[in-house]
Amino acid sequence: MGALQSLPGQPEHIDLAEKTGFSLEQIGVLHKRFRQLSHNEETLRRDHFNEIPDLACNPIRAQIIEAFFDKRNYRQNGEGTVEEISFEDFLVVMSHFRPPSVHMTEEQRESVRREKLRFLFNMHDTDNDGTITLEEYRHVVEELLSRSGALGKETAKGIADAAMLEVASISVGHMEPDEFYEGITFEHFLKLLNGFEIESRMNIRFLNMDTTTLCK
Amino acid sequence: MSQLWSSSGPRLTGFLCVLLVVSAHASRDAGDPHHQNSSTTHRKAFPVLSFNYDHVKTPFEISLWILLALLMKLGFHIIPRVSSIVLESCLLIVVGLLIGGIIKAIKQTAPVLDSKLFFLYLLPPIILDAGYFLPIRPFTENMGTILVFAVVGTLWNAAFIGGMMYGVCQIEGAQLGHVDLLSCLLFGAIISAVDPVAVLAVFEEIHINELLYILVFGESLLNDAVTVVLYHLFEEFSHAGIVTVGDAFLGVVCFFVVSLGGVMVGTIYGILGAFTSRFTSHTRVIEPLFVFLYSYMAYLSAEVFHLSGIMSLIACGVTMRPYVEANISHKSYTTIKYFLKMWSSVSETLIFIFLGVSTVAGPHAWNWTFVIFTVILCLVSRVLGVMGLTYIINKFRIVKLTKKDQFIVAYGGLRGAIAFSLGFLLTNNEMKNMFLTAIITVIFFTVFVQGMTIRPLVELLAVKKKEESKTSINEEIHTQFLDHLLTGIEDICGHYGHHHWKDKYDAYVKRWLIVGERSTEPQLISFYNKMEMKQAMMLVESGSAAKLPTLMSAATLQNIQQKGVPSRRAIPSISKSREEEIRKILRANLQKTRQKLYSYRRHDLVMDPFEDNVSEIRFRRQRAEMEKRMSHYLTVPANRQETPSVRKVCFEPENKVYTYDDSESPRGRAAQPSPRLPDAISLLSKSPQRPNQTSALRAKGSTELRAKAPDEQEEQDQVKLSRCFSDPGPNEEEEEDGSFLS
Repeated sequence: MGALQSLPGQPEHIDLAEKTGFSLEQIGVLHKRFRQLSHNEETLRRDHFNEIPDLACNPIRAQIIEAFFDKRNYRQNGEGTVEEISFEDFLVVMSHFRPPSVHMTEEQRESVRREKLRFLFNMHDTDNDGTITLEEYRHVVEELLSRSGALGKETAKGIADAAMLEVASISVGHMEPDEFYEGITFEHFLKLLNGFEIESRMNIRFLNMDTTTLCK
Repeated sequence: MSQLWSSSGPRLTGFLCVLLVVSAHASRDAGDPHHQNSSTTHRKAFPVLSFNYDHVKTPFEISLWILLALLMKLGFHIIPRVSSIVLESCLLIVVGLLIGGIIKAIKQTAPVLDSKLFFLYLLPPIILDAGYFLPIRPFTENMGTILVFAVVGTLWNAAFIGGMMYGVCQIEGAQLGHVDLLSCLLFGAIISAVDPVAVLAVFEEIHINELLYILVFGESLLNDAVTVVLYHLFEEFSHAGIVTVGDAFLGVVCFFVVSLGGVMVGTIYGILGAFTSRFTSHTRVIEPLFVFLYSYMAYLSAEVFHLSGIMSLIACGVTMRPYVEANISHKSYTTIKYFLKMWSSVSETLIFIFLGVSTVAGPHAWNWTFVIFTVILCLVSRVLGVMGLTYIINKFRIVKLTKKDQFIVAYGGLRGAIAFSLGFLLTNNEMKNMFLTAIITVIFFTVFVQGMTIRPLVELLAVKKKEESKTSINEEIHTQFLDHLLTGIEDICGHYGHHHWKDKYDAYVKRWLIVGERSTEPQLISFYNKMEMKQAMMLVESGSAAKLPTLMSAATLQNIQQKGVPSRRAIPSISKSREEEIRKILRANLQKTRQKLYSYRRHDLVMDPFEDNVSEIRFRRQRAEMEKRMSHYLTVPANRQETPSVRKVCFEPENKVYTYDDSESPRGRAAQPSPRLPDAISLLSKSPQRPNQTSALRAKGSTELRAKAPDEQEEQDQVKLSRCFSDPGPNEEEEEDGSFLS
């Protein structure tokens, strides 16, 4: 099995496996990919991501790339962004996309859910202040519609407005005309996406299998 | 009034029965007067009125049957209590039995459920209706489970029933020694398949949650391939008498050919249909016909090669739908929807009535042992099969199937007319009648007993019902976001997962099959437009009731604007031009948007108010009103300086917080009512001219005339609007609004 033979620093990987929950084979596969992306360097930078051809036509490419460099996703309660990431950070970010394992208690499933929603929340909340404001949400929708050109911009504003109204209604209910809804907090976000079943949707399936073939 | 109807309903249908019988009689006698005329030699007077029934016999009888069937259906729904207790399909079978009895009593030959009639004319509309409106996302998400149930489950059922029946036949006292293994297996194959018609008929009325619905229904659709293969296989074998290993192997190959071939044929026709619809912008009237004909051709072509016609039809509908819907006009879409529902409704009714008639008419050979064991074994094998398969499937599913789910899936495995027709196609031998009797008994048992008790059982077990889908724009945004996110992550990992392929597929194929700019319209925009349209329609429909949809009632845009500290963030100035653009987009899209109705239930269709009430003029008039209301809520209510009189009332609490640049021209209307509500009302009613004028400025010429008219209604609306705002209790509002959005 090629993956096991050529793994450098085998004990490191065992640590990582415990920390992130991936299996050794999955870590081996991801390590290979990491090396491919970083041209055999030790760290990844943003321009390495920009080289991936398929990613170029993704409307939310910038946000996805940012998510990798966002310290909040490293589970160490850090804040801010970094310029380059190591393999460990790469894995930690990827581990957000692991499917919940089959034998999980209700609480564990709930914490997986919170984690995934937290990841999404961090992607939207670009200024790290703990709330998604109308402006940030508009930005999200604009990016989503960025492939539609000018029509997208105007409709994006309308859509984002309508969405915020909905969040406000769901979270706060009736509001006096002089009250404010400052932004979506994480709790409101949880409540909003209550019926969303994110733990079964936000997964990359290949992490379930052992694939030794990777396409560039 | 209702009493009058309920008494005339049965009378009318009774009259029609008599008419039918008389016409059956008359068809025999119709020949005679002609003969008489030709045999006489002396000249008769010119016949002013003559009776020639033969001429129109066939269409007349067909029409009469259909009319009778529909009147029965009508009658059931008029009688209030019956339809809530007894299933419609049960009632129809009973009616069929009655009619069969009557026909038999007057010694006529009853029309039987001819297999050709069934498979070629009655079944396709139902399947097309089901396939076209199949909810795709749950279907593809649960595809693995559905396939396992359909293929493995049916095979298991067939083998178990066939084998055990053979064992039963070997029992000494049953006089069934002449039934050989192959015949038993054939019988097992016929009776093992879950029937889509029966499942649809029953599950439509119980409103079960989507997952269970799609599991049972998907299984009933996909097991057609298995049934076809097994049926032909065993039929061939029972003629040949001996089975070799090679034959068995060929059988397996045949299964793949039948199912995949059927899907392929369907997909080809679907793509053809989608491609054709791209060019129909000049001949909108015939658009629906393309959909129907391509689908029917798919079905027939598959049947030519003994491929699975049902799978072909489903594949065609599913493939065609997204592209056709993007290309055709709104009216064509409505036509397609209504015609499909109509035809499938008629077909289903006719099938059940004919089933009843055939029961009375057909030659029966009742054998207690055989029949009873068949019924028991059907139940047992279904339960065992579902339990066993779920145990295996649950290892691979993220959302597990609970015991309750398993029970419903097992209990919902109804048999129906397909089994009967297949039995009818058997070659005539002594066993055929016995088989037919057993099949009919099983069908009756499942439809009557299981069908009628499933509803109270669902209540009893508190199975999750179908949720009223609140169109949540946030969920839609996040669905899109997640799709793109997962595609991106897959690209980063370098794994070409199904998100990647789906994305590529969407990008390339859509360009070919969707006309014009709609091919680049992202789903989010179409969703948003659809939602706006729906709300606009709700506002139109509610008219003076002025209940506000959830989206806009509890909070308004003003509550969401940033805090009044300008230095920290860049505050966007909502300019008039941007406003105008939103309104333009909304207006344009109101004309173009189609309402994607996920109504794969016939009952939903009945309660759709939109189609009935909208007439052109009223629509335009109320659209003007609605636009004003829309601008009311989407406008940042900062532009208050329409008239000096308005400003004087002084919405002070709000003025504090807005730092918008409002030097723009007057807006459509004064914005949210302040806490001092009575002032707001009197203010707004004081200047009825204003809103009309400004809206006239903005709106196109046609609406100008209308805008002036409903002044009173407007005032009333405003009163109610402000009343809504002062209402406390989000709970109360949500309840009301929930019913609107559903």
